[in-house]
Formats: sequence, C-alpha cells, structure tokens
Amino acid sequence: MKRILGLVVLSLAVLLGVNGLAETIKLTVTARAVRGGVNTHLVEWLEDHVFPAFVQWMKAQGKDVEVEFIQFGGSDEALKQQYALDLKVGRGADILGFDGFWIPEFDAAGLVKPLDEIVGSQVWDWDGWAYIPQGMREILGYKGKVYGLALGTDVRVIFYRRDLFEKAGIIPPGSGLRWQPRSWEELLNTARYIKKVLPDVVPLQINAGTEMGEATTMQGWFMVLLGTGIHMYDFESGKWYGEHPGILEALNFYKTVYVDEKLGDARLQLISGARARTFELFRDGKIAMLVEGDWFWRSVLAPGSEWAIPNRNEVVDWAMMPAKEPGAGYRGQNFVTISGGTGFILNPNTAHPQEAWALMAFAFSREMQLEFQKIQPRIRSRVDVPVVGDPVMSEMARALLQYTTVRPMLPGYPKISYQAQLMTERVVSGQMTPEEAMAAYAEALKEIVGPENVIIVKAR
Amino acid sequence: MQKKSSSLVLSTSTGLIFLAPALLFIALFLFFPLVWVLIISLTDTTLTGPAAVSPSFVGISNYVRLFDLSRWMRLGNFGNALRNTVIFVLGSAIFGQVPLGLAIALAFHRRKGLLREIVFSLATVAWILPGVAVAFAWIAFLDRDFGTFNALLALLGFPKIDWYFDYPLYAIIIFNIWRGTAFSMLLFSAALGNIPPSYWETADVIGASAWQRFKDIIFPLVRPNLFTALILVTLWTFNVFTPYLITGGGPLYRSETVPIFTYRVAFKFFEFGKGAAIAVVMMTINFILASFYLLMQRRRPR
Repeated sequence: MKRILGLVVLSLAVLLGVNGLAETIKLTVTARAVRGGVNTHLVEWLEDHVFPAFVQWMKAQGKDVEVEFIQFGGSDEALKQQYALDLKVGRGADILGFDGFWIPEFDAAGLVKPLDEIVGSQVWDWDGWAYIPQGMREILGYKGKVYGLALGTDVRVIFYRRDLFEKAGIIPPGSGLRWQPRSWEELLNTARYIKKVLPDVVPLQINAGTEMGEATTMQGWFMVLLGTGIHMYDFESGKWYGEHPGILEALNFYKTVYVDEKLGDARLQLISGARARTFELFRDGKIAMLVEGDWFWRSVLAPGSEWAIPNRNEVVDWAMMPAKEPGAGYRGQNFVTISGGTGFILNPNTAHPQEAWALMAFAFSREMQLEFQKIQPRIRSRVDVPVVGDPVMSEMARALLQYTTVRPMLPGYPKISYQAQLMTERVVSGQMTPEEAMAAYAEALKEIVGPENVIIVKAR
Repeated sequence: MQKKSSSLVLSTSTGLIFLAPALLFIALFLFFPLVWVLIISLTDTTLTGPAAVSPSFVGISNYVRLFDLSRWMRLGNFGNALRNTVIFVLGSAIFGQVPLGLAIALAFHRRKGLLREIVFSLATVAWILPGVAVAFAWIAFLDRDFGTFNALLALLGFPKIDWYFDYPLYAIIIFNIWRGTAFSMLLFSAALGNIPPSYWETADVIGASAWQRFKDIIFPLVRPNLFTALILVTLWTFNVFTPYLITGGGPLYRSETVPIFTYRVAFKFFEFGKGAAIAVVMMTINFILASFYLLMQRRRPR
C-alpha cells in the first residue's frame, strides 16, 4: 500500500515538474471598464478581438501566452489610487489603462517609466510609430519621452436634446436645423426659455464640484474659463493664473446658472454618484443641455451601453461651446474646447516586458484599431485609422480639433485641478462669493507652486 | 509588600521564548508602523510626485497646519472634521447606542419569549453584517427619490426629505446607532443577568417601584459596565470608517469625520506626510480617552 502511494506521489511530482518546464506566459491588462457597464466597448474589443488574435499570433511563433483582462468598475479616482498603491510596491497588471495627465506625478515618484526604458530601444522599430503624429504621442508623453499609446483624443461640446428643443419650439420640428449659440448670453437665454416653457426639465447642466473630479475641470471649468480668454496656465511664462478677471467672469457664469437663476441643478453636482445621475437624467430627457466630452456620445449613450438611448441619433445633437462673446475666447477664438486622452502604458514591474510590448503593439496595429472603430468610432491616435461609421464623430472632430488645447503636463496639475473644482463647488453651493472663492484659490495655488509661480491680475 | 515565592512554572527566559512570536508580531505590525507614521508625519512624503522619492523634513509644520485656527473650521479642513466627529460621537455613541442598548436590555430583562429573541437577533445581525452590504442597504433606504423610508413617509402624508443632502450628519448618526446598539445591549443584558435574584425578591417584598428599583438596585450594580460601554463605544465610534460608504464625507464635507478626513488626505491626494500627522493626532485623542478610562478603573475601590 505504501509503495503504491509512493509511486502516485512520485508520478504527480514528475507531471507537475514537466508542466512547469513548458512555461505559459501570463499577461494581464487592466483599465476602467466593465462588460455591460462603463466602457463596455473596450472590454468587447480586447476580449473578443485582440486577445484571441494575439494568442494565435504568439502560438504561431512558438510562444504559449495567456492574456486576461481585469475589469475595474470604480471611479477614475479610485483606479488612480489602486495604481499608486500597486506600483509603489512593485505590483500591478502588465498593461495599465492610464489617463495622460497622471503621468507627470507618477513619473516624478518613479512609479512609471518611458517605454524605451522598460522594453529597450527596439521599441522604436515598431512600424506603427510612422502613423502616430507628435501631438498624439504627447498624450501619454512627458518631458519628451513616451510612456504608452493613446486610444485617441477627444473634444468637448454641449449636448442637447433635440426632442426637448423641438417641444419648446426653439427648433421647428422636422426642420433639421441645428442650434448653435454664439455667446454666453445666447446660451443662457436658451436655458431661460426652456426653464419657462418646460419647467420639469433642468435646462443646463455644466460640471462643478469636487465630486466629479477631473470631469469637472475638463467638461466644466475649462469650458467656461477658456471662453473668457485665458487658460488655467500660461504656457509662455510657466505660471498659473491665481487671480484674473477671467476667473471672476467664469465663476459668475456658474453663479448665474446654479445660484441666481437656477438654470442648473446644483444638488445634482454635489451628491455622491453625481456623474452617473446626470447621465441617467439626460438619457431620460430630464436635462436639456449637458456639457460633456465626445466620450459621452460614443460610449455612454451608444447602443448597447448602460445608458444607451435607443434613438440617440434623432434625439441627441451637439453644439460647440461659445466663448463669452465672439472673439473673446482663448487665442481670440469664437468657440472653445479642450482635449485629453487616455490609453495604455506598460508597467515597469512587468515580468515579461517584451511580450507585454508585443501585445500593446498588436492592439495598436492598424487592423486592431480598425476593429475598435467598428465597435466604437472615435478620433484615434493613428492617422491611418479614420473615423468611420459615425458621421457625428467625424463632424465633431472636423469642427473642433482646430479650437482645442490641452492641460499642462506637470506634476502639480492634479492638485491645482482639485482647487479649481473646489472653487466651483464653493460658488455653486453658495458657500462663498466668486471673489472669496477666487481669493482662496489663489492662496492655495501659492502654497502648491510657490507665490513666484502665480499670476495675479486684479480686476480693474 | 511580600515577595512572591519563586514557585513559577517556567523560568523567565523560557517564558520570553514562548512570548517571542507574539512579541514579534506586535513589533512588526504595531510598533514599527507606529514609529514609521510618527517619522513621516514630520516630512512631506507623498505617494506620487517628486516628494515620493525625495521627501524633506518639515518638522512639525504638518501639525501646525492642521491647527491653523484661522482656517481650520472651513469645510474640508481639520477643525470641521473634529467638530463633526464630536457631534457624531455624542449623538451616536453617548446619547445613542449606549442608552438605547441599556433600554432594550432593561425592557427584556428577566423576560423570555419570542419577542426578545427576535429583537436580540435583529440587533445582533445589524451589528455583524459586513459594512459594505449594510451601507448599500442604507443608501437605498434613505435615497430621496426611490428610498423606502421616503416612500413610507409619503404614504403617511409627509413630504420627501433629502436625507443625504440636507441632513448627512444625522443620517450617519442614525445609521451608526442602528449598527452598533447590539454591543451595549448584549453587555447590559449580561450585567443585568448577574444581579442576584435575592435583590429582586427583596424589592418585591418591600414594594419598590420601577424607578426605585432602577435607582437603587440596577444603576449602582450596572455602573461599572455603563462606564466600560461608554468608553469602548466612544473609542470605536470615534474611529469608525463605515459612514464613508454612505455619504463619502459629503456633501461638501458636512459629514466628514476625522477617520474619513485622514483617508481623504492620505489616499485621495497621496499626501502621506499630512495624513500621518492627522493619524498621530487621532491616536493621541484615543490615547487620552483610553488613559482616562484606565485611570478611573484604578481609582475605584476594589
């Protein structure tokens, strides 16, 4: 009996040992995406198209590779937290879905590294680079180095419900005419009119408050501030605007909308889960105008997504965000928008840098990017991958890329962004007047970057 | 003082060897982190950004910033968190869980039967269920538009109340009372059960009223337990983090208690140095409360 047991144990050991020799390389990818939930298209594309094709391709080269996508359903801020903690202890998935503006602070802490440092200079041998222009490389770049590949870039617009506009009589029904305000006054007048004619609908929702995080800064604060003529940061002098009449004008815009005339619902911006609530209400036709990024169109409202609108193309339309007055916007523009970008970076702690890079390059090959375009058309980082299948996206890109700008890629940006969010929150909730909020903002900025880096321009 | 006879089972050194694993555990997981937190509270260490790789020594400036009296009461700063925590502890522990636990224990004292079992079981279940599950249930319960509670109020003709927006601190106080009463209830129940039956027989014989029974029998005998319950529940409530799952410390930091404030500073903004300073202050307050308790223990004649 003992002898048989011994034989069994021995053969098991041999089998396990032999298995260990034929090593399977396991790669993991993570991003903020859940099948059937947020960013479901990303999961579909990766799990249904990219991974199987990649495993095949690797097998043809004699390598046994397994790829797994780790879904994450929390907020962007929660994901960032997870990354910071994982990277700090040398762990994390091999490929991380990353937002470009996180890179400066992560790099300053030594938590992320440029691609050529992780993989080696052969990274530049990839033929895809020829189709990715400098501007696109900079989305996941910092100080001239490239850390990853961007899934594309985006622009921000005012989304409005055509059905509500037609009901209110702003657009004659069936005319096919489109609404485009040319100044803040026109925008506000439309909102006032909707408030009068459709009292159950929130006329205008523009992001404010710290609850929505960076979404407030990008879709809310920047869209208003750029319309007054200034950016948050002066690229030429390398300094931040702490006090400026433009900031006051922007804050007064918020005050008009949320406090004085109640054209927007302040509570909606301040409660927990605010952003998801605004999506729901827009989908249900309870918000008439929502300032959001094109991600809202192609991912949130798209057919098959969590907040899909069945007749999206008929009932949802968009307009460019006007400057305060024609010509008063940043760089003298009539309209303003700002672009960001997310993509994937390589984890410097990966055990298989070459295979991980191979996966990334594969996912960003022309074929795979075109596959993604079929699922979710958008502005992609490769110039040989045009926007197909969605004329609305093509039109948004054509109209707005000329007006766009970017956030400054600096380690201090996230803290300053938070201060801007806090500033809007204080005004929108009625806690402080615009003057007080701006003063507190300037004070906080001086602490973050030092008083010598803060520009103070007093109102005349 | 008489010297103890050396009839020890083990010699001191053998005893220490047996204790070593436990001591090692305490050193690794309690002592060293404590020292580490103290040290980094004197720096500007962060998890991301340049200060992660080259932190600098800033002395006690993190602490000074916390107690900057001109700004500390602003929503989102330490004074606000401290004030919220004091209200939270007073409302939910001292005037909430402990009296309620005592009341339930008194109500069911010396009574058996189905109702007692049901009440005790429900209270215990509320206490031991995982925090996340319970938090979800409460979010659903008090939601303004779809919550069960507002639906009930509507049936009774009351207007809908926006609990989490208008009364966040009350919401978490009530949540915490619901959650933690079981402990006091069980503690007092046991304490009351320890009162010898002869006391009750005597009370019956002399015809004491309920109030007299409480004043002269129950209260003096239960007082040490009352004290224990108060101090433990206060410490636990001071440190509890679960309300974060319900209100997130908001809106606008109106329900932000000190633990939630620590979390926000340390893990949302990755400012470990500042977070460590807050943690040390929290630890000091806990220490003062615990010392007060130990002091009172020692003073009582035994």
